[in-house]
Amino acid sequence: MISTTTLLVAAGALGVATYAFRAVGPVLHTRLTISETTRELMSTGATVLLVALCVTSALFDGKEWADPARPAAIVVAGVMAWRRWPFLAIVLVAAGVAATLRALL
Amino acid sequence: MEQLGRPLLRDILLVNVAIGIVGISYGAITVSQGLPIWLPNLMSVVVLGGASQFLFTGLLVAGASPVAAVVAGALVNARHLPFGFALADTVRRHPWLGSYLMIDEVVAFTLAQRDEERRRATFWVCGLCLLFFWNLGSLIGALAGQAVSDTERWGLDAAFPAVLLALVLPALRDRRVAKVAALGAVIAVVLTPFLPSGTAVLSSLLALLVLRPGKRESTAAGGGR
Repeated sequence: MISTTTLLVAAGALGVATYAFRAVGPVLHTRLTISETTRELMSTGATVLLVALCVTSALFDGKEWADPARPAAIVVAGVMAWRRWPFLAIVLVAAGVAATLRALL
Repeated sequence: MEQLGRPLLRDILLVNVAIGIVGISYGAITVSQGLPIWLPNLMSVVVLGGASQFLFTGLLVAGASPVAAVVAGALVNARHLPFGFALADTVRRHPWLGSYLMIDEVVAFTLAQRDEERRRATFWVCGLCLLFFWNLGSLIGALAGQAVSDTERWGLDAAFPAVLLALVLPALRDRRVAKVAALGAVIAVVLTPFLPSGTAVLSSLLALLVLRPGKRESTAAGGGR
């Protein structure tokens, strides 16, 4: 597995990068403006990454296909999210659907 | 505190409880997949950004290099850049601590307030609550993840993609974003069996080159909820 030092450095690096993104606005806001196009591209890029992570982690365990209970639960979660159910309900129902399907199948 | 009123305080508390539960699933998944028990809380204090922490865990567990995990996490958090500009006035008195607490949910609650004094109060109450609940959840989850080796039996493996979906869904209501994201997901799924573990997710960004998302009139920030 990954060494402790590597994990500490990686966590620190991600922390610094994240803090820097958040602090640029309050520190520089009178001196700099981000172009609308750049902002759009960054936010779309983040969404694309998160969706890809969601879909691949719903369908795969590493390189193998996951059991059908997980994707089924995610489809239910997707419908709930589309209908603007509360966050808490979506998470609990998704876990419940997967656990129930596994108990039954 | 008292100027916020009970309904708003209740909403803030409810969202924070949900965030605590997501924190439990984050801690449990991270530890039960073989990462050390101190990692979830270290990440929750140092990074304080749920989506990027899940992505970081997911990539490491899938076998990606730590460098790739950091780059992907940072890219996800790059969407916080415009938050800083939007809230610069609100955090003017304590910009350094304020920047630390600029999280999706906090920003969403704060921007919903019209009055500047109320904004300020909402920002600090919601931000400090989130810092507490997210870490409490991560801690409980990390301890549980050590005790429960079979997180699949409890469906915890489904909690992670469900959280991601709930987080990104508001951004997907924009048709053009949804198109790029769908293409990216297809690319990632098709390439997963062939690429080194963990790198297929990053390949989804190719969709940005194929379908160049043009200028949009709406300014919906990605992922906010």
